[in-house]
Amino acid sequence: MQQNELNRQLSRIQAKLTGIDRKAGNRVFLSCEAENVYAVCRFLFSELGLRFVISTGIDATDCFEVLHHFSNDESGCVVTVKAFVRNRESPELDSITPLIPGAEWIEREMHDLLGITFRNHPNLERLILADDWPEGVYPLRKEVQT
Amino acid sequence: MKESQRKSVLAVGPFHPLQEEMEFFQLTVDGEKVTDVNVRLSYNHRGIEKLSETLQFDQVPYLVSRVCGICSASHPLAYVQAVEEIAGVKPPDRALYVRTIINELERIHSHLLWVGLGGHFIGYDTVFMWAWKYREPVLDLLEEITGNRNNYGNVKVGGCREDIPDELIPKINQELDVIEKKTEMLTKAVLDDPVLHARLKGVGILKKDDAIKYAVTGPTARGSGIAIDVRRDDPYAAYADLDWKVISQPEGDVFAKAVVRLLETFESIKMVRQALARLPKGPVAVDVKEIPPGEGCGHAEAPRGETFHYVRSDGGNRPVRHKIRAPSYVNVPSFKASCIGADIADVTLTLAAVDPCYSCTERIAVVDGHNAVVHDYEELLRLSREKTALIKKEIGAPEMKLEGC
Repeated sequence: MQQNELNRQLSRIQAKLTGIDRKAGNRVFLSCEAENVYAVCRFLFSELGLRFVISTGIDATDCFEVLHHFSNDESGCVVTVKAFVRNRESPELDSITPLIPGAEWIEREMHDLLGITFRNHPNLERLILADDWPEGVYPLRKEVQT
Repeated sequence: MKESQRKSVLAVGPFHPLQEEMEFFQLTVDGEKVTDVNVRLSYNHRGIEKLSETLQFDQVPYLVSRVCGICSASHPLAYVQAVEEIAGVKPPDRALYVRTIINELERIHSHLLWVGLGGHFIGYDTVFMWAWKYREPVLDLLEEITGNRNNYGNVKVGGCREDIPDELIPKINQELDVIEKKTEMLTKAVLDDPVLHARLKGVGILKKDDAIKYAVTGPTARGSGIAIDVRRDDPYAAYADLDWKVISQPEGDVFAKAVVRLLETFESIKMVRQALARLPKGPVAVDVKEIPPGEGCGHAEAPRGETFHYVRSDGGNRPVRHKIRAPSYVNVPSFKASCIGADIADVTLTLAAVDPCYSCTERIAVVDGHNAVVHDYEELLRLSREKTALIKKEIGAPEMKLEGC
């Protein structure tokens, strides 16, 4: 899919988004609320056939951000879905692993390191943290000092 | 499978903190067939993403070049590209060429390393010895250029730290000629050998749709007919200026992945020659004072696939978030698709075909569902080598000869 076509297709999902931000030519950031993340990722992965790259979990102090990065290899464009998880007490959003098995590890990792729960994840076991790591301590949160 | 059996396996498993990529594969088997794969990783997690938040932007390349000793050029490159994207910096042309040359030299030594290990796993130790011998001069060249055989620490935001001295160019070209001849010999030995055909073809097949589902990259994807390559798809450094092609094979088996890597080595040799011939004059870095607030994605094609870095800046002198994804992170889980249903004797090889580093394959344990027997790495290596010997006997093949070494 060429870049023009990608841009045209992305406007189809606009109703689920809170913003489309284009940067540096071939970087697109799609912002959405946590409840829409599955629908947006399904559109990118299943309908547009973009390749899943990885996800980034961020402790943005007032909320959590979960970024799912996709790549449209034909135009070299990285499309990032930026989901805002507003509930800091019990951060939760839908897992995309049922759709993309390649996301299993990174969602488990974000669960370990940031304490974000992924609904419908098939196996939300520990991946990064040791078995004897204390419950409720999430090393990538900003309050944890290095 | 009882939980107690699994735990006893973990206690037996050899962990070598000296090697990178700590991983533990536990295979559940029924007789000879693998019925499930369970992976546990992060035995040696170094918290590099968190550490990165404590370092200044120009210190981070040193840290991330230590993510992996073998792809220690691609990680800092992906990182600086993300930061350059935030700052809107374009490095000088000569720096882009130097980056290309170092990254392709890295690919040559990494692919040769893999060919050697592949030979070792199936009992072709001569291939192991020779491939690693041919790899040495590449590391020496990298040392001459950057000062280090690994962990080159050569890129920085805005360019490169060290230039390639013009007087070194003839020597690099000379070494490339030798490496090309040796790689040709190795490739011919692999492609013409009936035992290797019988041993590697149809083994560890990763189907194209599974490859997409597991989001694999690099030679693992290209061996399954997905012709993606960041160097062509989202050109960085000087790749857009060079004449080369993306190698892919449709079969998805171990043989296909071997062919992809061997042929890619020639493409890399070609690219280094072209880049040396066209190396522009001028400085190798521009001054970068401040990194403005923003976010950037940088990716580079490492020998094993796409290395992806996401960096966010708040305008201070350190990143507020730095996400790193090494290619093995998406390639390794694809074992669930390529190993289940396979013979135990093929597992070491299937895992090795993804090139997840030696250490990974050393951490395999097999739990036999019927007899509760635990096999270790040595046992698996023996099984794999026995299978090769059996094939050799069946087809009456002579010992493979490497000529002109």
